[in-house]
Amino acid sequence: MKRALTNPSFLLGAGIVLLVVAAAVFAPALAPHQPTAANLRARLAAPFQPAYLLGADAIGRDILSRIIFGARISLVVGVASVAIAAVIGTIIGLLAGYFGGVLDAVLMRLADIQLAFPFILLAITVIAVIGPGLWKLILVMAFAQWVQYARIVRGQVLSIRETDYVQAAASLGAGHARIVVRHILLNALTPVTVLATLGIANNILLEAGLTFLGLGVDPTIPSWGGMLADGRNYIERAWWVSTFPGLAITVTVLGFNLLGDWLRDTLDPRLQT
Amino acid sequence: MLRYLLRRLFQSIFVLIGITLFVSFTIRLSGDPAVAMFQGASAPTAEQLATIRKQLGTDRPFLVQYGAFLAGLVHGDLGTSFRSGQAVSSAVASRFPATLALALTSLLLSLALAIPLGVIAARRRGSGSDLAIRVFSLLGLSFPNFWLGIMLILIFAVKLRWLPPSGYSGPDSLVLPALTLGLILASTTTRLVRSSLLDVLGEQYVTTARSKGIGEQRVLYRHALRTALIPIVTYIGLQFGALLGGVVIVEQVFAWPGLGSLALNAISFRDYPTLQGTITVLAIFIAAINLVVDLSYALLDPRIRYA
Repeated sequence: MKRALTNPSFLLGAGIVLLVVAAAVFAPALAPHQPTAANLRARLAAPFQPAYLLGADAIGRDILSRIIFGARISLVVGVASVAIAAVIGTIIGLLAGYFGGVLDAVLMRLADIQLAFPFILLAITVIAVIGPGLWKLILVMAFAQWVQYARIVRGQVLSIRETDYVQAAASLGAGHARIVVRHILLNALTPVTVLATLGIANNILLEAGLTFLGLGVDPTIPSWGGMLADGRNYIERAWWVSTFPGLAITVTVLGFNLLGDWLRDTLDPRLQT
Repeated sequence: MLRYLLRRLFQSIFVLIGITLFVSFTIRLSGDPAVAMFQGASAPTAEQLATIRKQLGTDRPFLVQYGAFLAGLVHGDLGTSFRSGQAVSSAVASRFPATLALALTSLLLSLALAIPLGVIAARRRGSGSDLAIRVFSLLGLSFPNFWLGIMLILIFAVKLRWLPPSGYSGPDSLVLPALTLGLILASTTTRLVRSSLLDVLGEQYVTTARSKGIGEQRVLYRHALRTALIPIVTYIGLQFGALLGGVVIVEQVFAWPGLGSLALNAISFRDYPTLQGTITVLAIFIAAINLVVDLSYALLDPRIRYA
């Protein structure tokens, strides 16, 4: 832990993530304006003035306030989608790796398909049918990504299952449930933690991208991807409308990536790329 | 080699069947396309609906329709667009070159950046340039591609007026979208070139080559880099899907008339045959690239002979 406090990646990553979480939690107290309040007199107001620190958008909504509230959407989508995918994937990966058989074969074929089918195309197909929306987006991400977690847990289980200490536990009469949960699961969680942290970064990017395309979060809710879609139309007249939300996405994603890299280097040096 | 080729081909076909089955099934869940076609018009009678269903073939069971789709696919027939009434295959064929040009230019651009940068970072490990290159990779991993695109438009089209902001009017308009995708792909590839080269430079045959008095440049480029490229080729194969996903988004930023905008327009008009056809063609494209990547290993590494 002492080493963590002097590691620049950890400090910067954790600092950014804490800042974004604080913005999301205390949004109503921090935001200087209502994020959805239009003010026609402030249409495309320039940034760096006391009333509108980061400027205003085409209908005079305060960009800073919308960025602060937008942190809520990015975090909810990033964390919820990864949590669902990681839990489902870990359970299925454990079962497939430990018992093998049909489940294992099906899992590996699904993994092949998933590798060959980019998420954006899957999301376009599914969202075209079920329509856009915050929770639908989270479920589509979880549905597409649990396989990654299952695959990595399966690999871990296969190698841990053969280790001496698991064999010893089995010969001492430990049941399947005890071996899987106590001896295998806890050891298999290391790569899952790393993958999940990097996964949050990735899903924040995906959410912003799909919302930008109009396939993500409802455009009336302040979200970073939605703000960028608006800003694209005013790029000739008002650079700030699309610059600041993009900066918010990049910095947030960078924070989670730094944390993920640090976790990977600390928890499991073998996973280094 | 032949056995490997057949097995690999079989695997690709299996994956494609999985994807097309998933896409067809999902799209069928969207409800009755006959009803969708009457959207906005006066309510159709039951007879009108039945006629349309018969015309579209949607009155048949799902598996029969899927079979018909596959049979058509083999002949290059992707069905008829609900919206334009024209063959989906001709719409896809007219959009495909724009997507292909964008994807390949981005890929080449990313390699042209990533290989030299990765080599520099690996040779001067721990130096300032290594650190700078690592920061570049981390930033690229965190940049939303569509935001990078918007920022490039802001700088090079709006402020400097060097390049067109969007559209498809000659090689000029390819620069910004390809740069957007290329920079982002280069950032992750650089990281991999660096680590892969560092691994190889530690191997015994590299030490042997050096001890024989072969010059450092020759060791690096003839002995080490060639082997180090194998994981990079695999990575590019794996990233090709993600690259095409990025193309879909970036096409929207630059109003680029490719398959991505075709698919997105198809969604807004509920034109399911076009959506299904476009996604299927993109999936086949990705599977084909991955097949080529797998087979190209033998060219790079003489040790691999597909026993």
